[in-house]
Amino acid sequence: MSFAWAKPYEPKSGLMRWLDERLPLPRLVYGAVGGGYPVPRNLNYWWNFGVLAGLFLAIQIVTGIVLAMWYYSSADGAFNSVEHIMRDVNAGWAIRYIHMNGASFFFIVTYIHIFRGLYYGSYKAPRELVWMLGLVIYLLMMATAFMGYVLPWGQMSYWGAQVITGFFSAFPLVGEPIRIWLLGGYAPDQAALTRFFSLHYLLPFVIAAVVVLHIWALHIPGSNNPTGVDVKDEKDTLPFHPFYTAKDGWAAAAFLTVFALFVYFAPNFLGHPDNYIPANPLATPAHIVPEWYFWPFYAILRAFTVDFILPAKLWGVLAMFGSILILFFLPWLDRSPVRSGSYRPVFKRFFWLLVIDVLILGWAGGSAATPIRVAISQLAAAYYFAHFLIILPLISAFERPLPLPDSISSSRLHGEQKEAAPAGISPRRGATATAE
Amino acid sequence: MLRFILGLIGAVFSVVLLISFFSNVSTYLTSPPEHTAEEEFHLHPKHLTLASDGPMGKFDRKQLQRGFQVYKEVCAACHGLSLVAFRDLEALGYNEPEVKAIANQWATEVPSVNPETGEAATRKALPADRFPSPYANEVAARAANNNALPPDLSLITKAREGGAAYVYSLLTGYRPQPAELVKKFPAAKTPQGLHYNPYFPNLNLAMPAPLTADGQVTYAPGNPAPTVDQMAKDVAAFLVWTAEPKLEKRHATGLAVTVFLLFATILGYFAYRNIWANEKRKVRVTGVLDPENQAKTARARRKAGVKG
Amino acid sequence: MATLEQSAQGSDPAESTDGVRRRDFLNVAAVSFAGVGVVALALPLISQMNPPADVLALASTEVDISKIASGQAIKTVWRKQPVFIRNLTPAEIQAANAVPTSELRDPQTLAERTKPGKTNWLITLGVCTHLGCVPLGTGEGENRGPYGGYFCPCHGSAYDTAARIRSGPAPSNLMVPNYEFVSDTTVRIG
Repeated sequence: MSFAWAKPYEPKSGLMRWLDERLPLPRLVYGAVGGGYPVPRNLNYWWNFGVLAGLFLAIQIVTGIVLAMWYYSSADGAFNSVEHIMRDVNAGWAIRYIHMNGASFFFIVTYIHIFRGLYYGSYKAPRELVWMLGLVIYLLMMATAFMGYVLPWGQMSYWGAQVITGFFSAFPLVGEPIRIWLLGGYAPDQAALTRFFSLHYLLPFVIAAVVVLHIWALHIPGSNNPTGVDVKDEKDTLPFHPFYTAKDGWAAAAFLTVFALFVYFAPNFLGHPDNYIPANPLATPAHIVPEWYFWPFYAILRAFTVDFILPAKLWGVLAMFGSILILFFLPWLDRSPVRSGSYRPVFKRFFWLLVIDVLILGWAGGSAATPIRVAISQLAAAYYFAHFLIILPLISAFERPLPLPDSISSSRLHGEQKEAAPAGISPRRGATATAE
Repeated sequence: MLRFILGLIGAVFSVVLLISFFSNVSTYLTSPPEHTAEEEFHLHPKHLTLASDGPMGKFDRKQLQRGFQVYKEVCAACHGLSLVAFRDLEALGYNEPEVKAIANQWATEVPSVNPETGEAATRKALPADRFPSPYANEVAARAANNNALPPDLSLITKAREGGAAYVYSLLTGYRPQPAELVKKFPAAKTPQGLHYNPYFPNLNLAMPAPLTADGQVTYAPGNPAPTVDQMAKDVAAFLVWTAEPKLEKRHATGLAVTVFLLFATILGYFAYRNIWANEKRKVRVTGVLDPENQAKTARARRKAGVKG
Repeated sequence: MATLEQSAQGSDPAESTDGVRRRDFLNVAAVSFAGVGVVALALPLISQMNPPADVLALASTEVDISKIASGQAIKTVWRKQPVFIRNLTPAEIQAANAVPTSELRDPQTLAERTKPGKTNWLITLGVCTHLGCVPLGTGEGENRGPYGGYFCPCHGSAYDTAARIRSGPAPSNLMVPNYEFVSDTTVRIG
């Protein structure tokens, strides 16, 4: 779209020409995902996850619409309607398990996609808005997933709703009225269930619209790449189709194979047994936990145990929301002109520390809140905030990055022979360079 | 300015967290949490192998029929199976007349309305009906069971950590409360009306041992002897079926889908390599992979101070 | 989506034609295989809209007809729709047989609409074949229309004693579902 050498659209058939003259949809598609969109030629597999996220959004929408044909959103009937789908509806069990595990896989893919962005500096100028739109998508995903989990009206559905809407009562004065307004009652009940169903159906389409904006904003500067160096000329790029359609295609098949293994052979592995018990407002489960993709935030929430000026509960809620909101400021927190972590040795180490930190927070969030685990999550949460708000700004101010290549293609090709020789060795006689 | 404010926020959160951390640690050190009876005496489920285990597991229909018999003769008095319909029993190998007879002869009748007076009445079950609950409602269930509510068993193996193994362990796990436990945790002595079972999370549950003696249920000839252990295994297997009647279909479909996708992945990978064949993304030198050259490369790199 | 281009970008022009054909085949094979997968995926998505097992189980119902006296009719339910079961009087049977089939919009004799030996039992759907209202005539005192059978109040379709359409906008007779006599007092419909 923004590169001068991008191939213009040439209609291949009479029908396409007719259509394109009246509604420029063919040229839009061609310029966005077809042969007319140049992409850096050196993208690695970490760049596949955006498309995978889009794929899982589509899977969720399709399976969700089908499930909605059979689901009753009544507090008496919801649990039984889901079991009806599992037992009596043709292929219902498959569609439900795909939707259930699809949510988890949508999050796995999105988290990898986000961490790719963190490592390679995809959030930096001029892609700040792409990053922020992505965060909006993530927030919408979290809301959608939360509401979706309430719909089967199992024990975890009900108590998860109770806990999460309970966050709002942490806010002084307005908190409790907001909570009651959200629920349409004093506790999760019929009103909450029907409105969650309505919104759960709506939000994925809002996500789809924001995804369109996200991709549109990306296509103005074009994709980032593992070196973080801007595209200079035609040598640096390849048309999206067929090169990246092929790469995304095969990787999607591979990823779907893993997905199928979960759906068909371990469909309840990522879930919680308590959600197969119908909701009982009078009996709290021994350990209320959200789904795994919320565990790091749950750990941060539970890490605040001491009242200090503000009540501990309010600190927990503020920190939990804060942990995502601070990410909006990342392009201004990390001002290093070098994008990619590959050329930022200090940043790279702290990045991996962050990954480990988030994994620890996830582990802590999914476990019972014993004193030792809470202590670990307290340190891990402290590191999380320190990482983004203190460490990154300092690193970007003081670190010495490695020298960057001149361009994307120059990091790959100087001339066959020279490139073929490992550093410091002249080419071995008889050695041939083969392009792969 | 922005960075300063954000940095301050970060510092504040970190400080509050560290305060919480130190408070937590000091509380832990000064008054560590009490060791509970559950922590010490609770047992993880025994190991149980069923025919339905594993990615290619299939149900053992004879075992399912035995398990159904145990449910019918022992458990159905108190526990419902409300998500299963009588017609579903055809999956166990019963034919249509047999299913009709099972439904018709089921001890509990299905609620209905007297067509003449309009009063609440009951009628014999039909195959299309789901298993009727042994109690009219929760209040009746609790009244008959010392205020405990016998859970519906349709999903029990999916609704409990440990699944079928947990059910099997629970049914065979009843024993007298160890004297050691009572000595160490006098407050955890089994209260009147409850029964000790180390496989239950709270150690004491309201259900008395349902399987008390070998031969409690008489199996048809050609089946293993109905010991308590065997009956427990059989009913656990049956309850795996009630929770997941589509298990075999799921495994079969899974095999087909996985093989298809693996093949699609392989085809796709080669198509990808095919399309990228002439694009110089990586340059590999064929002569360089022998150990001597590898060592030379490593030395040269170290000398040049270049990272790998 | 953009259509699949036949040859890869930047391909070496010196490639033999055999090599190019082989390469295209691989791409086409991969895409076709994926296409087969997508179609296979569509099948369960479409089939799930069919009636589920519990609805299919209710596809037949048994009705006790022992309490229906001659000249009486009951309304019952089958596949969530009303069914009229009428015990015809000899006079009604005679009246039905007296009508020449050439006069009928939807020619059928009473014998064709009942079981042999049980011509007094007229079992039909209680759904008017015009636009689907439930006709009157089963209950005591209900309007049985000008032909003494059933009468639909919505648009005036009138059925005779054999529930055949005689006047009004309905195109055909009240539908006779598949049924059989399990015994003299029990009928299984569907």
